[in-house]
Amino acid sequence: MKQAINDFIVRFANVNGTGSASANSLFAKTIFRMGIPVTPKNIFPSNIQGLPTWYEVRVSEKGYLGRREGIDLMVSVNPQSMEKDVKSVKSGGYFMYDSTKKLPAPYFREDIHYLGIPMMEMSNGAFADPRKRQLLKNIIYVGALVKLLSMDVEEVRQLIREQFEGKQQLIDANMQALQLGMDYVEGHFDYPLSFHLERRDLIGDKIMVDGNTASGLGAVYGGATVMAWYPITPSTSVAEAFEHYCKEFRIDPDTGEHKFAIIQAEDELAAMGMVIGANWNGARGFTATSGPGVSLMNEFLGLAYFAEVPAVLIDVQRAGPSTGMPTRTQQSDLLLAAYASHGDTKHVLLIPSSPQECFELTAMSFDLAERLQTPIMVMTDLDLGMNDHVSEPFHWDDNRKYDRGKVLSAEELEHIGKFGRYLDVDGDGIPYRTYPGTHPTKGSFFTRGTSKDEYAAYTEDGAAYKRNMDRLIKKWDTAKKLVPSAQLYQKENQSELGMLFFGTSQYSAEEANDLLQEEGLKIDAIRIKAFPFGSEVEEFVASHRLVFVIEQNRDAQMRKMIIMELETSPSKLIPVLNYDGMPITADAIKSQITQFLTLEKTQPHELSKTTL
Amino acid sequence: MSYLKPLFRHPKLPKNKLGYTLKEYEGSLSTLCAGCGHDSISAAIVQACFEMSVEPHHVAKISGIGCSSKTPTYFLGNSHGFNSVHGRMPSVATGASMANKDMVYFGVSGDGDSASIGMGQFVHVIRRNLNMVYIVMNNGCYGLTKGQDSATADQGSKSKAGSINPFQAIDLASMAIELGASFVAQSFSGDKQQLVPLIKAAMHHKGFAFLNVISPCVTFNNNPGSTKSYDYVREHIEATSTLDFVPEMPEITASYEKGKSTKIALHDGSLIQLNKLETDWDPEDRISAVNALQQARIKNEILTGLLYVNAEWKDLHGVLNTYHKPLNRLDEADLCPGEDNLQAINARFR
Repeated sequence: MKQAINDFIVRFANVNGTGSASANSLFAKTIFRMGIPVTPKNIFPSNIQGLPTWYEVRVSEKGYLGRREGIDLMVSVNPQSMEKDVKSVKSGGYFMYDSTKKLPAPYFREDIHYLGIPMMEMSNGAFADPRKRQLLKNIIYVGALVKLLSMDVEEVRQLIREQFEGKQQLIDANMQALQLGMDYVEGHFDYPLSFHLERRDLIGDKIMVDGNTASGLGAVYGGATVMAWYPITPSTSVAEAFEHYCKEFRIDPDTGEHKFAIIQAEDELAAMGMVIGANWNGARGFTATSGPGVSLMNEFLGLAYFAEVPAVLIDVQRAGPSTGMPTRTQQSDLLLAAYASHGDTKHVLLIPSSPQECFELTAMSFDLAERLQTPIMVMTDLDLGMNDHVSEPFHWDDNRKYDRGKVLSAEELEHIGKFGRYLDVDGDGIPYRTYPGTHPTKGSFFTRGTSKDEYAAYTEDGAAYKRNMDRLIKKWDTAKKLVPSAQLYQKENQSELGMLFFGTSQYSAEEANDLLQEEGLKIDAIRIKAFPFGSEVEEFVASHRLVFVIEQNRDAQMRKMIIMELETSPSKLIPVLNYDGMPITADAIKSQITQFLTLEKTQPHELSKTTL
Repeated sequence: MSYLKPLFRHPKLPKNKLGYTLKEYEGSLSTLCAGCGHDSISAAIVQACFEMSVEPHHVAKISGIGCSSKTPTYFLGNSHGFNSVHGRMPSVATGASMANKDMVYFGVSGDGDSASIGMGQFVHVIRRNLNMVYIVMNNGCYGLTKGQDSATADQGSKSKAGSINPFQAIDLASMAIELGASFVAQSFSGDKQQLVPLIKAAMHHKGFAFLNVISPCVTFNNNPGSTKSYDYVREHIEATSTLDFVPEMPEITASYEKGKSTKIALHDGSLIQLNKLETDWDPEDRISAVNALQQARIKNEILTGLLYVNAEWKDLHGVLNTYHKPLNRLDEADLCPGEDNLQAINARFR
């Protein structure tokens, strides 16, 4: 194996529920603190306890934060998955295991190195309490990794002190376990390994945090006061984060009163109803859910669209359809979200790629929802929501004011002859609204899901219905100008090839683009941040012969949306897909693009029949 | 269309404390069938709000889908109404209440809306003791889709088409008490004398006030053999009590003595005065209220009046300890922790 500094992958194979998560994140966080770009991913089962769970850490000197294939070092402490874990190590790589029990003969491979450490035995010898023995076994392997990979032990120790602040006994025990691991390596192996860590200054002021925490925090900064939600993986921690920060910043110190209301609803239907009720009544309300929840919320989303009530929904996507793979990632709710509910509906989607964008776009979603008087869905995914990511730090301009949209005050109503709730006064398709209770005699209107005229009066008159539907499309056009523009990756000379991606595919897509460029293939790129698509997306698609659309679902949903919305020829949009529930890798993108281009050269006729 | 409103109003119509006449509390013309019990309930709401001198625009009226859910259009024209989706009015009302605790919330629903498609939300809004008046206009059938049995249709009751309902009825009032509603009353749309004070008391009750009002469907469920027809209800009605509502304001409704009477104080000092017909009726005893409802059911009686009240339980805002100012009036200064705090948060993630 070639000498690799700060460029390798370690995978931990643990038993769910044995406390390995904190040991594993201790490992990743130390690398982050050493100034080295690092990407950890939880690969966990949909159950409570006892089944295999993995944690994969990619270290990348070049700063690539997506997944890469191949495992350089497997830390295997789960006998249940060991057979599979041994096989997954790259040739020339390392397999670390608990040698308290002898490794069965079939698990031995000629082409990898074995690092047996009697973790359980050491832990049993050092600690009396059975639970502690199990937990600290995990710290023993972190200690071993400190030596094997040249980690900065002081950083590890500091993190342990921070994690167990005020609990000296626990700090001492963890320090002891850490030392046990280090000492064992010193006495038994050659170290450091051929790939290892060197301190760098590549992180700057970046932070490491998960997207759900960022979304919850974004909702606090965005002025949300009402949250209604129903527990569902992987979105639950958005609610937890919102509550956490509300309790920190929104409790009146004098009275103990809460400047927020959080309700765990009886189901997703109720959650969405509460959000709509709150927004109708002038408060910023939101919910967080995942695919099955969005399915249930469909009827209400249609109501909010047609009755023009603001609402914010954070959809942390997971693998569908139906219950699918609840703990695996996908970008497969796009079509469901974009066209949620029956009839002619379209919804505004915001698509963050990083925790910083989860924060920013969540905060922005409340402004947009109120400005446009419509539901806004923030489309994140399990990978972004539940895994730590190295991200730009959060920022807030203290002069920033919330955009409460077109809301008439009692005074303004005094100066209006006849208030028309659904009148297009400004020609942008967005009508004016009033909050209930504003004025004794003016400004009240009836909100309903049925057809109405400009004055909110129920009507089944076809012309009035059509005028309303056409105004909603005008509003949709206004939305195009208000949503964040796509990010264009500038190249000096435009290529005839383009790639288009969004959300968490960004990391691997950027890396794949670099890999392709190394092979002499120049591809322009664009990252979509919102639906409806702005003119820049239209121009990008129009100005390239072929555009590879990279996404994490089976049916190329974004590609379909582009075809439908931009009325583009399907033959120029080439799907590049991954839908096994794991984040897409750079290798997968690169190989699909190369394969297509090779095929196109050799068998253009066949290609048009099969792929498009 | 059930009745026409006169355009001309006598200039000397009685005015309430706010200087409003009854007209200020009316809504649009009803499009329900002539003689619909729901219109009588709307009229009772108008009367109660007028007498209570409630600012109409401080009332939010929220409903689901169905004949009953159309009625918010027909009362309090100066207030905001929300005709939401079938069976989901409680969640919309919950969100609205969270946004602004200072308004009066009327939830209007039907037996289809609450006892079938919306049963889940009905149950949970009770559990949370949301401060609202929840009225079910109960006619035992689906009027808007032309007379199918609803879940509150009594077993053995005959539909207009002549078929006998084979299933047991859901008794919403018993259920509400069982689930912990803090105010449960039952009435008949044809009994305005009883209904108006009940609505007034419900409005002043700080918590979930449930009114199950039998409101016969004149078109689809007023036939012989139906247990929700006008004739049947009139013959089988049994009042637990008549009721006067005495607001904390100086205005006192004259009470009449009949049998024993008892007074119940609400949070704001208002009084409910019960003039008992049943000598041992104690509306603060939950178990006996459930028993009485079950007994009445066995005897094919419809018990009306204030069945149960508990003024002590905290409403949802009390449980969540929300801010004294309505949440929809908070601004950046109240809500946004600012850049300095954000930088401190960033530091935690390094």
